[in-house]
Amino acid sequence: MSARASFASAAALLMARDLRLALRRAGDSLLPLGFFLVITTLFPLALDPELSQLRDIAPAALWVGALLSSLLALDLLFRDDGQDGALEQLALCGQPFAGLLLAKTVVHWLLTGLPLVLVAPLAAIALGAPYGAMPGILAAVLLGTVCLSLIGAVGAGLTLSLRRNGSLLALLVLPLAVPVLIFGARATALAIAGESLAAPLYLLAATAVLAATLAPWALAAAVRIGLE
Amino acid sequence: MTVNLARFFAMGGYAVYVWPCYALAALVIGLNIVAARRSLQRAQRAARRRLEAARGAMAP
Amino acid sequence: MAWVWFHKFGSPPHFYRLATRLTPWAAWPALLLGLAGLIGGLVLAPADYQQGDGFRIIYVHAPAAWLSLMVYVVMACTAAVGLIWRMAVAHAVAASCAPIGASFTALALATGMLWGRPMWGTYWEWDPRLTSELLLLFLYLGYMGLRNAIDDVPRADRASAVLAIVGVVNVPIIHYSVIWWNSLHQAPSVMKFGQPTMPASMLIPLLLMLAAFTLLFAALLLIRARGEVLQRERNARWMLEALERLSTHDGPPTRDGPSAKGVLVGR
Repeated sequence: MSARASFASAAALLMARDLRLALRRAGDSLLPLGFFLVITTLFPLALDPELSQLRDIAPAALWVGALLSSLLALDLLFRDDGQDGALEQLALCGQPFAGLLLAKTVVHWLLTGLPLVLVAPLAAIALGAPYGAMPGILAAVLLGTVCLSLIGAVGAGLTLSLRRNGSLLALLVLPLAVPVLIFGARATALAIAGESLAAPLYLLAATAVLAATLAPWALAAAVRIGLE
Repeated sequence: MTVNLARFFAMGGYAVYVWPCYALAALVIGLNIVAARRSLQRAQRAARRRLEAARGAMAP
Repeated sequence: MAWVWFHKFGSPPHFYRLATRLTPWAAWPALLLGLAGLIGGLVLAPADYQQGDGFRIIYVHAPAAWLSLMVYVVMACTAAVGLIWRMAVAHAVAASCAPIGASFTALALATGMLWGRPMWGTYWEWDPRLTSELLLLFLYLGYMGLRNAIDDVPRADRASAVLAIVGVVNVPIIHYSVIWWNSLHQAPSVMKFGQPTMPASMLIPLLLMLAAFTLLFAALLLIRARGEVLQRERNARWMLEALERLSTHDGPPTRDGPSAKGVLVGR
């Protein structure tokens, strides 16, 4: 074996390690999901429990819930690795730092985004969406959570070295996530109405591609600054 | 003349909206000028203090 | 070499002197153009045939909205220069932009709302322009919040620079997503500011005001940036000179341009 592993194997090792660590404390990763469910439950309680009315607010409830729970989940992304010096090791190990951080973000999405993708259509049904809307909502939440994880990771990187960063992180990330919210909620609304949701899905996909290409560089710069 | 002035200030019935806008603009501009100058003065005072401290440290 | 000016600009003493010298050259024309624009806009321009005298709000709203965007772009560009070439002066300029930009964004919002009351019948309409302006204000607040949270100045510079660049990439996306979102609900947009065919008597005061606000921003930026440069500087020698000259002359000598004793000029 060569002294320096290829980037692919390094990223695979990192992802396996992150997954193992997270699964050892699976409860932590599932907390944002619980938060999402509680939020979507609160909306009907604040309104009339009539399904026809709930259907109108279902997109808003789903996406505001997804946004807030992804914000909450960001705490898990770098907290432990920032404290025990693992991030410094990654920065110094000679592999492209942006790529490694992207790998970490992918794991983060697998742990906190993917459960949301699976649960969101069910939550939508509970809010009065027809069964036929499930694939559309699934696709929208899939693309949307990818965007949210990538955008949120940049915010988490920027606030890495700060002590109490909760509300600041929200102020940094939420305005940047507005396009995702708009496209996602619109796609969900169209899916519930039984219309074609191609346009917002394309826009979400474009946002996801853009975020996946640009966010890693910003993330690497932000984390490096935080580590200095 | 007074009639003209009164008409000018009435702004065709939009006085309640037009004049607050201009007042706000004047306020924002004024505050910006004051804040910019104060931040410069604060930096200058701090720099002077730093210099004096450095000079004090150098003199035995 | 063509890069000499670049390196010269990046040297704090040179920048400080240049900024001191340039400030009156921005401030006084701003005042004159602003007065001319005010007279032209409030007195000489005829009332709009649809909006009556209410349209005169445009002479403060449009320049404020223009500044809100331009200041953000200037902030992001200088932040990028500071990040790439590790230039403290560029960071100082970027840091000075934020409070100015945020205040003019707030002004654009407030005047937009005051215009909306008679035109839309309500202070707040989820109009794409006003909504984008509000989101822009949040971006400024996030930038300032991040700077505020980091005590170490060089680190605050670099972290906020990354945020400014991320933000400036996002601004057009946010703007167009908001327009797209609004177009779906198709509340027939009532009247919009800035009709394409504006008579010269209305347009010229607007251009004057735009120029005046831009120059005012330049003057404010130069004053603030001098403070920020001083804050970042540890090299005593040129600072000593700058501060000594300050206490003996009470302003730069006359060959530096118009008298610096004006209201707008920070000493």
